Amino acid sequence: MIKKIITLFLILIPINSYALIEVDITRGNLDPLPVAVSPLSIDEKSRKSFEKVLKKENIGEEISSIVENNLRTSGLFNPLSKEAFLQAPDIANLKPRFEDWNLIKAQALITGKVNFIDDKLRVEFRLWDVLAAKEMMALAFTTVPSNWRRVGHIISDKVYERLTGEKGYFDTRIIYVAEEGPKTQRIKKLAIMDQDGSNNKFLTLGNELVLTPRFNPASQMVTYLSYFKNLPRVYLLDIETGTQEVVGDFPGMTFAPRFSPDGKKIIMSFAKDGKSDIYTMDLENRLVERITNHPSIDTSPSYSPDGKFITFNSDRSGYQQIYIMKNDGSGVKRISFGNGLYGTPVWSPRGDLIAFTKLHKGKFYIGVMRTDGSGERLLTENYYQEAPSWSPNGRVLIFYRETKTNAKGEGFSAKLWSIDLTGYNERQIKTSTDASDPSWSSLLSN
Amino acid sequence: MTLSKILKNTLLVLTACLVLSACATKKEVATDIQGQMQGDVYTGTDTVEYLAEGVPDRVFFATNESILTTASRETLRAQATWLRKNPGINVVLEGHADERGTREYNLALGERRANAAKDYLMTYGISSDRISVLSYGKERPVDSGSNPLAWSKNRRSVTVKAN
Repeated sequence: MIKKIITLFLILIPINSYALIEVDITRGNLDPLPVAVSPLSIDEKSRKSFEKVLKKENIGEEISSIVENNLRTSGLFNPLSKEAFLQAPDIANLKPRFEDWNLIKAQALITGKVNFIDDKLRVEFRLWDVLAAKEMMALAFTTVPSNWRRVGHIISDKVYERLTGEKGYFDTRIIYVAEEGPKTQRIKKLAIMDQDGSNNKFLTLGNELVLTPRFNPASQMVTYLSYFKNLPRVYLLDIETGTQEVVGDFPGMTFAPRFSPDGKKIIMSFAKDGKSDIYTMDLENRLVERITNHPSIDTSPSYSPDGKFITFNSDRSGYQQIYIMKNDGSGVKRISFGNGLYGTPVWSPRGDLIAFTKLHKGKFYIGVMRTDGSGERLLTENYYQEAPSWSPNGRVLIFYRETKTNAKGEGFSAKLWSIDLTGYNERQIKTSTDASDPSWSSLLSN
Repeated sequence: MTLSKILKNTLLVLTACLVLSACATKKEVATDIQGQMQGDVYTGTDTVEYLAEGVPDRVFFATNESILTTASRETLRAQATWLRKNPGINVVLEGHADERGTREYNLALGERRANAAKDYLMTYGISSDRISVLSYGKERPVDSGSNPLAWSKNRRSVTVKAN
């Protein structure tokens, strides 16, 4: 589906401009950049055609509001109220009157237009530097109308990239576990949604317990744990076709699966006789390789982005701590030495950091440390939270949080949250049911 | 004695009873919570079911531990005796953890706990062919509370008939 979705044509080469505005994403942004997102203009004929096909009154405004929402939730931008806009969208797209936009304190302006051409959706948009009175970028795409949400996300990614200098993360999806029912008898289903919570779909029916889905960074495959027939095993699921298969032929429980960065291997734990060790299976030749061999619990493995190293947690020291090793299992080295227990290490896609869950004095923390264990930073503290997953650009972490129940054991909930690497911009991601175990996909369009 | 007086007296007696029983219940609850844990291992019987008379179905563990307590060993010896008397019965040992740990580690911990129970049954002569092990990690608590007593009930290995 993804491959055939979007044909992206660059019809306008970005004009060479040395823009003054730049957003620094390396520190907490307490002063988000004021940006005006002018609604994409649309002629009456196109508007009616889209209304017929998509049941949306004004698709231009709909796409713009996706862009606006993405920019706002990133915490780096402050989309200004449309009420204050003086220039009409169609004219602004031709030639913005920069004084007007300056007046409302916009530093960047996004304009554009939508056309219905040969049953296709054609969108062009421009990013303007208001202070320098210059065009920073102009792009256009043509796609099937049903992709209108993705168009909004792609525009957001382009704007984010142009203004921050780093790739965006808006044209992505989240796979997670949707939860319902009492805490003692939870019903869990695999679910997938766009990064902003729309297009939610359930992938399993809830007949068996499912846990810890993870995206293949290179394709639309997912690996997860299912209790199908009461045998906890790692499965592989093709989201497009819905086909599933058991990974490997292990005489016992396999769990904690993740893909290698090239998507060709699954790394996971296999539990037997009270000890859990780490194994890999090559998805092409089905070859299984044992990576750790220790009487302790070794689990939650995650590859470095170059595939050369693995981080995992082990209780070989007596308590759960974070380790790294070479991808063949040699050179095991403990890296977490702070107070408390450390688990669920996940290597950042940028390679420089490992995100983790820490349990200390009855509180759970999500934090990051460098790959040698130095520079530990705790981003957020709560009654219960765990399982961080990185946005593909390594700037945002998504995780889940569970609430404490009251004296009667009531009031349990599980929700998805995200937080910036800087520790700012903590947000709940709205889901139609309770949710846990989120995993962030790669960018769908590259 | 008039009827009204009788009624009044009865009421008084009733009220007194109510007050007394309320006190007794309160006291019982208080001592129960204390009496239901040793260290942080559950020693109560609230959630325990029986495979046969005198054969409890579960054993409990300390936080992050899979060591069998004296009471657990006693329970498992009773299970072994019962299994020897019923050679046609196979069992699944279901290992569980409390909610105060990461999901994946807890899956491994549940497996380790169930295996501790399995090893003990095997030392009392039960063949490994008759025992399978299944970990639920923290996925199936018996008590949904977020307090030390609830967690202690949830850290368990339960012996379930498989056939």
